[in-house]
Amino acid sequence: MKEVRTIEKVICYHCHDVCKDEHIVFDNKDFCCNGCKTVYEILRDNDLCTYYDLDQNPGISLKSKDFNDKYAYLDNEEIARMLINFSDKEKSRIVFFIPAIHCSSCIWLLENLYKLHEAVEHSRVNFVRKEMTIEFLHDKISLRELVELLATIGYEPYISLDNEGKKKQKSINRSLYIKIGVAGFAFGNIMLLSFPEYFGFSGISDRLVQKFITYLNLFLSLPVVFYCASDYYRSAIQGLKQKFVSIDIPIALGITALFSRSLYEIFTSSGPGYLDSLAGLVFFLLVGKWFQNFTYEGLSFERDYKSYFPLAILRKDAGEWKNVPVKNLAKGDLISVRNQEVIPADGVLVSESAAIDYSFVTGESEPVNKKKGEYIYAGGRQTGSKIEIEVIKPVSRSYLTQLWNNEIFQKADDSNLQGVVNKVSKYFTLAVLGIAIAALVFWLTIDFSKALYVFSAVLIVACPCALALSTPFTLGNVMRIFGKLGFYLKNAHVIERMTEIDHVVFDKTGTLTIGKAATVVFDGEELSENEKSGVASVVANSTHPLSEKIYQYLKGSDFAGKAKDFNEIAGQGITAEARGQLIKLGSKSFVLNGESHLFTNLDDELTTVYLQVDNKFKGRFIIKSHYREGLERVLSSLSGTLGMSLITGDSETGADQLKKFFPTGSTFSFRQEPVQKLEYVKKLQLSNKKVMMIGDGLNDSGALKQSNVGISVSEKSTNFTPASDAILASGSFQKFHQLFNFCFTAKKIIIFSFVISFLYNVVGLSFAVTGNLSPLFAAILMPLSSISVVAFATISVNLMSRVKNIL
Amino acid sequence: MSVIVLLILFSLLVAIIFLIAFIWSVKSGQYDDTYSPSVRILFDEKSKKKPSEEKESKEKGPEKNKK
Repeated sequence: MKEVRTIEKVICYHCHDVCKDEHIVFDNKDFCCNGCKTVYEILRDNDLCTYYDLDQNPGISLKSKDFNDKYAYLDNEEIARMLINFSDKEKSRIVFFIPAIHCSSCIWLLENLYKLHEAVEHSRVNFVRKEMTIEFLHDKISLRELVELLATIGYEPYISLDNEGKKKQKSINRSLYIKIGVAGFAFGNIMLLSFPEYFGFSGISDRLVQKFITYLNLFLSLPVVFYCASDYYRSAIQGLKQKFVSIDIPIALGITALFSRSLYEIFTSSGPGYLDSLAGLVFFLLVGKWFQNFTYEGLSFERDYKSYFPLAILRKDAGEWKNVPVKNLAKGDLISVRNQEVIPADGVLVSESAAIDYSFVTGESEPVNKKKGEYIYAGGRQTGSKIEIEVIKPVSRSYLTQLWNNEIFQKADDSNLQGVVNKVSKYFTLAVLGIAIAALVFWLTIDFSKALYVFSAVLIVACPCALALSTPFTLGNVMRIFGKLGFYLKNAHVIERMTEIDHVVFDKTGTLTIGKAATVVFDGEELSENEKSGVASVVANSTHPLSEKIYQYLKGSDFAGKAKDFNEIAGQGITAEARGQLIKLGSKSFVLNGESHLFTNLDDELTTVYLQVDNKFKGRFIIKSHYREGLERVLSSLSGTLGMSLITGDSETGADQLKKFFPTGSTFSFRQEPVQKLEYVKKLQLSNKKVMMIGDGLNDSGALKQSNVGISVSEKSTNFTPASDAILASGSFQKFHQLFNFCFTAKKIIIFSFVISFLYNVVGLSFAVTGNLSPLFAAILMPLSSISVVAFATISVNLMSRVKNIL
Repeated sequence: MSVIVLLILFSLLVAIIFLIAFIWSVKSGQYDDTYSPSVRILFDEKSKKKPSEEKESKEKGPEKNKK
């Protein structure tokens, strides 16, 4: 650099990004772009500037504020009806999922939406779910206008028809809360009423009062047994039907033994029963369940192609273009796909040419050029001008969507039945039953009445409350720690499954390399300032991804001069005049034009763009993809115990460097289609491998689903991620090996807690077998064992995360 | 001694009222979002300010953020 510039960071008032050289000053405030300024203006005019006072950096940077017809499909009544939850003569109510909601300012602004538009009656934000409920007068504002209003202030809703799963989750959570509440209520009251019993106040003169208390306890325990614990019986019976001994069987057995024994004692007036232990047991179990059921509601782990595809598309109906829902498309329809829109169905190109970006489907980062009459697969994104396509196959039968017809997507998730607990529970149940029967037989020879007493006592004291709690609390804590580090798990069972993995399969683009980011290097004689400006103003006009990268590289230059005679030939390059220079930019054959033999030393290994200024070859831009930070460390650390594969839709170009990171013996597959990826994972599984797939795009969906653990890497949590078991924020990729190893630590902690709970069981059993189990002893032992196991699991997970340095 | 029966019943009645309140609060969705109500309560309802006041608060705004 010849000149020394004092770089003063200018921060955008709206989005708090660092402003580029050319920033806008408005109202004595700096703005990085027009979009931010517009939002500020809107807010100022409506007296909503509190927005900026509430949180540090509330604003969302707008990429484009020009929607054109992006939301035109919302004018279609059929689609609008599917989206709107409730509608009467005047008002409509709709729930939007808005990924951009991130701080208290967002809540404030969105709930003050009525100040921006009079037709908005009421709006409410659910921060945890990133949802917003709006009631509006549909005569005064259309759905489309409403969505556009939200998008202008930076809160673009994510519109999709597939949100069935979320509603189900909600009702499960609510009923669990109620169960915990009822069990806690019963537990507390029974304990309180049993206090006189604990302290041996049998001296209560009034036998009637004592009887009253026992029956009251019985009454209180009824909802616990028949409502709160109902899930345990159900899953125990289900397990038995499938000939599977899950942990729920000894639990159900214990609850039944506790209750029937208590009934017997109460009705024969021989004792107060064990109702306090019973209520406590159910209460602790439910709390454990709640702790483990913790989910990231703002994230979706179940998305399929439907949430990626557009809802509607322009179709020619009797000479007129109309928006129709994509599922109504049939063979022979003529559809129009605009710039940056996703092609919804397989078809034949009717327009002259198209450049389609399949990066999300195949992983190939360069757009594919198609000519008139060529077959186009669904899932690509058109870049450039509008194109017309004749549909050949309906959406559900298109090439890409067929992946979801694969049997693996129909299979129910049975992950709950796996895991260490259920492996142990098989032996545990058998051992408990064995001991109980042995004790029964032994006591039968001595004292018949005592035999049944001992039999039920064994079942009661062996109820694996502590055992059942060790896993939820260990895994729940690990899950929360992982969440803090940007590794979001679908459920806690994923941790256990990760410890069984012996082979890991990586996708390349977007997973090991950073999708959009790239380093651009110029190889050739140094360009003058004038030439740089010229090239910058030319590439600024093009939407080709490579142009954008070169533009980013040259951004420092002044490109005020407009390009003239701009001519972009799809798949080849650009010619234009800028700053009095004739600039030709593009592929080797396009730029060198037959003279390529002059430059035989230019190898084609890398992605390159050649440059010619005034008919003189100047050099070439080399675009290298960025590897993720810490890639080498992660790979070498994982390779210690795991087999590795790389599978990508990309070509082999430039992969040599990447291969070096992998250990010898790893396999590499290039130009793989989505189905082939799935098949590859399946093949590994057939040779008895437990496979972990790490991918990012729609093209990995099949493989992610098929694998034992599918992890999708995401740049932003708001981005589309295919259905997977876990979402890894790209920034946390460098820590992945540590997180992976921590799963093994978690497993060890679970086993240790098992040992602790077994010790309690041995103590309890020794009392039970000898016939000395008193209700008081049971009431102390059971909560004590549960609490100590929970404490051990929680403390050791947090301690180990510090020792292992992952926090 | 039988007064204790009355007391127990009464205390249980109070407890049941709270249990019903809890069940109602769960069903009405108060546990679905545990974050936004905590923020919402702090929002001031600024009603029709004079332009001069508005300017003041705007100047104060960024300063607050710098802390």
